[in-house]
Amino acid sequence: MTTSTPLWRHPEFAVGAREMRDVALGIGAWGLVAGIAMTKAGLGPVFAIAMSLFVFAGSAQLAALPLMVQGAPLWVVWATAFCVNLRFIIFSAGWRPYLQSLPRVQRLFVAYFTVDFTYIAFMRRFPRPGDVRAQLAYVAGNASVSWISWQSMTVLGVVLADVIPERWGLGFAGSLALLGITASLLVDRATWIAAAVAACAAFAAFALPFHLNVVVAIAAAMAVGILIDHLAPARASVERSKDTA
Amino acid sequence: MTTWMTIVAIAGLTLVSIVTRGFFLIPDRELPIPAWLREALRYAPLAALVAVLLPELAMTDDHLIATWKDARIYATATGIVVFVTTRSLLGTILAGTAVLLALRLALGW
Repeated sequence: MTTSTPLWRHPEFAVGAREMRDVALGIGAWGLVAGIAMTKAGLGPVFAIAMSLFVFAGSAQLAALPLMVQGAPLWVVWATAFCVNLRFIIFSAGWRPYLQSLPRVQRLFVAYFTVDFTYIAFMRRFPRPGDVRAQLAYVAGNASVSWISWQSMTVLGVVLADVIPERWGLGFAGSLALLGITASLLVDRATWIAAAVAACAAFAAFALPFHLNVVVAIAAAMAVGILIDHLAPARASVERSKDTA
Repeated sequence: MTTWMTIVAIAGLTLVSIVTRGFFLIPDRELPIPAWLREALRYAPLAALVAVLLPELAMTDDHLIATWKDARIYATATGIVVFVTTRSLLGTILAGTAVLLALRLALGW
């Protein structure tokens, strides 16, 4: 495979696209709800679509939206979105070893289009850094599907804002997609414990503003993860030495 | 907000997306990430998902669901059963949403 072959011709592009296909329905449902919410809040169709196209961050958009409509100071709007997006800063540290060989603009480009689902799918497909070309093709395929489903459904939501009743709760389809992804990540005792700790921490810290409980949950789960990873091999080696004794 | 303020706000929010998603990718020089931190980072997405998911599934107005007449309980249960038995994300989304809509529209839960 030469580097002149376009990314979308690389076999990993199709793999990435396929792994996002099922989730795309959930992302689309969120986009629809976000489009409706932005329009109902009084942002106007042009700005609602522009916000979705450029900001491309569902939960940050929905958090910033009421502040914009109320006419809050700009720095409050931006700080809120920043806090809601803090988890991406942590993800970007995970990206670093994979993208280090690329120029900065390209690194930022890849990261900008990587939302939660894409990051998770990528890390499952490539647990260790390897063939950069294959990895880029995978991200491109995966992110294309998520971008298209998010943007097209947001536009649809903006258009249909007055037709689809909010009480249907269609956005729950997005939560169900999250539920499935979360369940698929629970593969061993360590991930179960980390998830349980994250849930407790998120709930205990729920009163914090700006979705900061998400950051607390990540910190708690990472701390417990380190403990598990460092205690488990130690215990295993004790077991082994008992066997050989 | 005025039109110009809205444009500036959206431009700033775009910058926030770029900067947060690319935060540790901005410096060109080597960023030594210790091995223990790299290992711990594996748990970050799972924790973020759980934290984002919890209020959506189980909370109403900052409190845990306190009634059985909430369609989300049954939609979530359906989703879990379908995922555990089929491992299909699409099936999970479709079945859960179907239960949610049925209970919302028929019973008003």
